[in-house]
Amino acid sequence: MVTEAHAEPVRARRHISEYVMPAVGLALVALVVVWLAINLADDPARFFRVSLIGLSQGALYALVALGYTLVYGILELINFAHGDVFMIGGMVTASIVLQVFNMEENPAFGILMAAFLVSLVLSVVGCAGLNATIERAAYKPLRNAPRLAPLITAIGVSFILQNVAILWKGTRPVSLPVSEFAQGSGHHLFTIGTCPSCVQYTSDRLFILLVTVPVLLVLLWLVRYTRQGKAMRATAQDKDAAAMMGIDVDRTISFTFIVAGALAGVGGTIFAFYASTISYSTGFTLGLFAFTAAVLGGIGNLPGAVLGAVLIGLIQAWNEGLPWHTPGPAWTQSIVFSILILILVFRPQGLLGERTPEGS
Amino acid sequence: MAFWRRQSLFVRRLVPAALITILFVALAAADEVQWAGAGVLVAIADVLLLWKPVRDGFWPSVERVGVKDAHSRWGEQSPFVQRAVPPVVIAVLVILVAWAAGVSPDPAVIVLLLITYVLYLLPRRIRRIALPLTVLALVVVYPLLIQQANYQRFLFKVPIFDVFPGMDTMIAMIIFAMMAVGLNMVVGYAGLLDLGYVAFFALGAYAAGWVASPLFYQVDVRFGAVGVGPGLRGIHISIWAALLIAAVIAAVAGVIIGFPTLRLRGDYLAIVTLGFGEILPQIARNGDANGLGFNLTNGPPGINPIDPPGFGNWADEHLGLPANFVLEQGQFVNFRSLIYWGAIGLLLITVFCSIRLRDSRLGRAWIAIREDEVAAAAMGVPLMRTKTWAYASGAFFGGVAGAWFAVDIASVFPDQFFFNISVFILSMVILGGMGNVWGVIAGAFFLTYLDREGLSNISGWANGHLLNCDPSQQNPSSVISGGCVNAPLVSFGIYGLIIVLVMLFRPYGMFPERRRKVEFETGVHDTPLVDVTQ
Repeated sequence: MVTEAHAEPVRARRHISEYVMPAVGLALVALVVVWLAINLADDPARFFRVSLIGLSQGALYALVALGYTLVYGILELINFAHGDVFMIGGMVTASIVLQVFNMEENPAFGILMAAFLVSLVLSVVGCAGLNATIERAAYKPLRNAPRLAPLITAIGVSFILQNVAILWKGTRPVSLPVSEFAQGSGHHLFTIGTCPSCVQYTSDRLFILLVTVPVLLVLLWLVRYTRQGKAMRATAQDKDAAAMMGIDVDRTISFTFIVAGALAGVGGTIFAFYASTISYSTGFTLGLFAFTAAVLGGIGNLPGAVLGAVLIGLIQAWNEGLPWHTPGPAWTQSIVFSILILILVFRPQGLLGERTPEGS
Repeated sequence: MAFWRRQSLFVRRLVPAALITILFVALAAADEVQWAGAGVLVAIADVLLLWKPVRDGFWPSVERVGVKDAHSRWGEQSPFVQRAVPPVVIAVLVILVAWAAGVSPDPAVIVLLLITYVLYLLPRRIRRIALPLTVLALVVVYPLLIQQANYQRFLFKVPIFDVFPGMDTMIAMIIFAMMAVGLNMVVGYAGLLDLGYVAFFALGAYAAGWVASPLFYQVDVRFGAVGVGPGLRGIHISIWAALLIAAVIAAVAGVIIGFPTLRLRGDYLAIVTLGFGEILPQIARNGDANGLGFNLTNGPPGINPIDPPGFGNWADEHLGLPANFVLEQGQFVNFRSLIYWGAIGLLLITVFCSIRLRDSRLGRAWIAIREDEVAAAAMGVPLMRTKTWAYASGAFFGGVAGAWFAVDIASVFPDQFFFNISVFILSMVILGGMGNVWGVIAGAFFLTYLDREGLSNISGWANGHLLNCDPSQQNPSSVISGGCVNAPLVSFGIYGLIIVLVMLFRPYGMFPERRRKVEFETGVHDTPLVDVTQ
């Protein structure tokens, strides 16, 4: 007689802590949402105004965050020096604007555009070359070393770049001539409501988006639909297998660093025009914010990096601009790093999931 | 190069040594630095002689270049003579050269040379004990050497590096050495990269400020404090207890920070610690009534003054120990050497604990985790607990160092605790050799000296000798201006360069620990067992 085994589904016993962590995380998110809702109800116009600032800031972060995420995706290396490459791009821009164009305050639109385009090209080329050189000189010899060795080297490179900037420009911040267009004052594209409780969309914010969005689309196309992009994805998945399929792994890694450097160059130029001041330490903090954005979206994940960057930009703007119970600009850094820590503790794979050789 | 390699070993050793001789004597003559060049030269010659390849190569090469029977005759001499004669010969040669160059002897150089020579002649067994003891004795009497009556320094000047470091620099060197030894427990022993070590330094300093200053004027607590005026409210606890409290607070913070984050893989852990290292100083900057609603850190001006250290009146009367390190009968006296000796005592305790911990069950577990997490876990090493202990111990000594730092400058303010400092301490550990306590201390001494005095001395020397510098044209915020260099501005670039060069060419550091060196050379399996994606 055959006794039929009861096909009782085996349930994995879950420990109570496995419920606690997500619950705490969700509670934190809920708290932020409630806080935002109260602020929105309090002063809707201000909320939207602040959010628009955050969006532009986020677009800028996205350019840098993509560089982190590209490099991490392929080498699993946190390229600490990336933020400083961005800063060097800004310095190149500042030099060109001040020394080549001799730009004065409120230049004519044509001169502004010419200066912007020339410095954009030179900054992109310079940063791409710089990033590729760094990779060849500092990271490539350590490809088979213990995992932390290239990370430590990257920190060293970051310090070297900052001090190159000091050597070049001194410790004081470099100021660019203020132009109404690039700072957005007086150039309102549209206005909703009556001021002061109005939402204005200014030229500079549109300008940032006009530059960054095409760049991001080109990057996505490059990675998704070109041969070189395919090689990058293959190298990221498995270097040895990629090499066996005839992919030149070293060249692909160099190409990745070139792309990342170019993005940082675009970011640096935009930042220099938008903020109109840049100092040797700008890149470090901004780079860490961008790295947080990359982790927030899921490192190695390109749309994730953009999403994370926009979120970080928005959070920064909300923190610095909203009226009701905001900690204020003095705490921005702490808040961003708290997000970094919380996301690593509660959801280390990020919002959209991690795409690294280990993570996928 | 081929020509160079064709020359005999003897020539290849002799030429660089001769070049160094000429260089230093020339420098000594040009600088009018009394005898320093000759002293440094003898030290170098001694090192060259002590160096085994030179000793082994010297006599066969003499034979090869034509001095017949040199080796056999030399070999007949007793080992003592074989050791004793060459340094004397070289010293005599150098003295002759220096005499010809017209520089006169300095007693300090002669004394140091004699000490070196005696140490060199001692049998190895005794030397192993005598060498550290001599170094320690020199370090302990250093304040007396540097500051005699009339502020006349007993110690000579060194070419390029100029004078020996002053008291403030020495105290900073020892405090940073303490921190480097603490960080070495985390990075060197357990292999966890900590980029936010400055947080523990800051926490220790602030903890000392909380329990030994008039900050919390709402309460009036006293426990064994010295040198606190009768009307001064606030918490005043004896500095020695405050050190312990600071260390425990830092260690608890280490556990709190470490517990949720230590399961992350190495590079994520580094970033999280960096985040903490940035957050804590910002809390310190904003932690006054405006930012926090409660005056925890007194914001940018910081906590000032912190009570002076001392042993109190009872110990003064009965044991002869100093009652107060800073004030004497209400008068301000500069007892920097007492703070210096206190720092040395704390460093010795730190080193002792560090070495004992390394050899303990816990320390062996750290090294096992560093080498192979999977194997360590399989052998029953509890990963999380062991890592957390590494973190807590590192934080403990960072806290002590921070507290003594606060006591040293009698205040604590937030601008001292930037990310730079974390990397600064990390570069000490990397330069010295991860895992090797003595190497790490050497790295800390060297880098802190460079930071505080060395770089400005060297750039001052370069400005005076190599460059046509015009100080009136110099711009303080740029590195090269008016023909002058201002190297301290790019000090962190120099540390960055040191980190990169060491990682590329000598990843196990200048004084490698044997085990760590093997790990770097043969590679270890360092894929983490517990990963974020689980």
